[in-house]
Amino acid sequence: MQFALMIYHTPEEFDMRKDYSHPHIGAWRAYYKALVAAGVYVSGDALEVPETGTTVRLREGKRRVQDGPYADTKEQLAGFIILELPSVDAALDWAARCPGASLGAVEVRPLAPESKRRGFTGE
Amino acid sequence: MNEINQEETHGTIERVARESYGRLVAYLSVHTHDLASAEDALSNALVSALNHWPQDGVPKNPEAWLLTAARHSLIDVIRHQRVILESEPTLRFLTENSTETALATQFPDERLKLLFVCAHPAIDPAMHTPLMLQTVLGLDAARIAQAFLIAPKTMGQRLFRAKTKIRSGGIPFEIPQQRDLPERQDAVLEAIYAAFGIGWDDMAGADHRGRDLAEEALWLARVLLQLMPGEAEVQGLLALMLHCEARRPARRDAQGRYIPLSEQNPNQWLVPLMDEAERHLADAFQHGRVGRFQLEAAIQSVHAERARTGRTDWPAIVLFHKQLLRISPALGTQAGYAAAVAEANGPEAGLAVLESMDQGAVSHYQPYWAVRAHLLQRLGKGAEASDAYDRAIGLSEDPAVREFLLQKR
Repeated sequence: MQFALMIYHTPEEFDMRKDYSHPHIGAWRAYYKALVAAGVYVSGDALEVPETGTTVRLREGKRRVQDGPYADTKEQLAGFIILELPSVDAALDWAARCPGASLGAVEVRPLAPESKRRGFTGE
Repeated sequence: MNEINQEETHGTIERVARESYGRLVAYLSVHTHDLASAEDALSNALVSALNHWPQDGVPKNPEAWLLTAARHSLIDVIRHQRVILESEPTLRFLTENSTETALATQFPDERLKLLFVCAHPAIDPAMHTPLMLQTVLGLDAARIAQAFLIAPKTMGQRLFRAKTKIRSGGIPFEIPQQRDLPERQDAVLEAIYAAFGIGWDDMAGADHRGRDLAEEALWLARVLLQLMPGEAEVQGLLALMLHCEARRPARRDAQGRYIPLSEQNPNQWLVPLMDEAERHLADAFQHGRVGRFQLEAAIQSVHAERARTGRTDWPAIVLFHKQLLRISPALGTQAGYAAAVAEANGPEAGLAVLESMDQGAVSHYQPYWAVRAHLLQRLGKGAEASDAYDRAIGLSEDPAVREFLLQKR
């Protein structure tokens, strides 16, 4: 069963990314290493800082473009990790170990089953 | 009634609820096997107490008052369920001697039966501890869910399922027979220890699954000892938890940084808790049936000696670990043994123990990697040590431990 860990950062955490020697970076690297070594890692990526985002809506045939991320909240989506795990309990365990959980937040959500995904992925 | 008295009354209700909760739930469910109804009835009684006591004053025997009120509520619930015929014996039990005066004389303490029900082999082992916390101590599902890292709704559903199984699955409310007692008793002890939740506190690393329920676990162990006086393993468990709890103030420095056991200042350890632990342990050893918890407590007792002698007797710790491995070869015991062997006989010997462990099982196990990293570093194997540190860091849940290992790396 696959789960997405969606990592939400505080502004302070986004700032930490700029400093390559910050211990937080070391913690993240170690976390990825542990995920891969445990054989549960499927894929994942980090997102650029929220200020680089642009949000698009189409209303009454007109494009509405907004500078910045979709949600105007303090904690912003910073990246995601897809894991292959036997249960949500195991997913919550890995979320608790995530360095992102001790400052920001990590949302755990199962991926929709293949049959429900078809319409969305164009298969 | 003035506000101060109101507050006092609320305080009394809280105290009575805390002290009597398990006794009342156990007594109310021992014949019906229906924990959920017993808990509902008791919470109705507590609401009723909050309404009546501030006006009428606290009754002479608050526990008996609560029991009477809870019984009435339970009778209503059972009548409502329209299974009167079936529950005739239950109703008779509930209505007999139900006056407060009759109850003022002690009603039997059935909590031991309740503890054995919660840790029954037919119940999912993962639910043993949550059931105890709820039925004996009255903790709500949200609080338990938090401690066990489970979504509150999920925990609520699992508790509900477990109680349904207890009610309809023919699980007996009784003290197990002599033949089954040791095994059944171990399950109860395990469940209490799981609430305590301390993982690892040794020199090289840590895997604190801080459940934040230490106080509740100690309470449960004390209740169990009261119900099974002189039971060596119960005393062993209590001694173990008291020794660990004694070190709480020394585990973090003023800045909140993690301090491993070997670097802790023994002057910060809590002497009364250590003394109490030693009394229980000495008492347990008198009974002559050594078990897992007594051995674990003995290891902690050797560590505690450092407060008096200034040194740690590692060969003694190795010896206790060897005995422990024969009883329970759990991963934690093996990693602890490796760490102790390394202190007594050098890092190569410790590393050899680590390498003999099941390599598949250790991939998720933080203490293994923490000990390994520490030993490789001591042997000057920099690259391998960094690699092991990374694994330990990546598996750490406690940010303070993660920080500590990052520093060491």
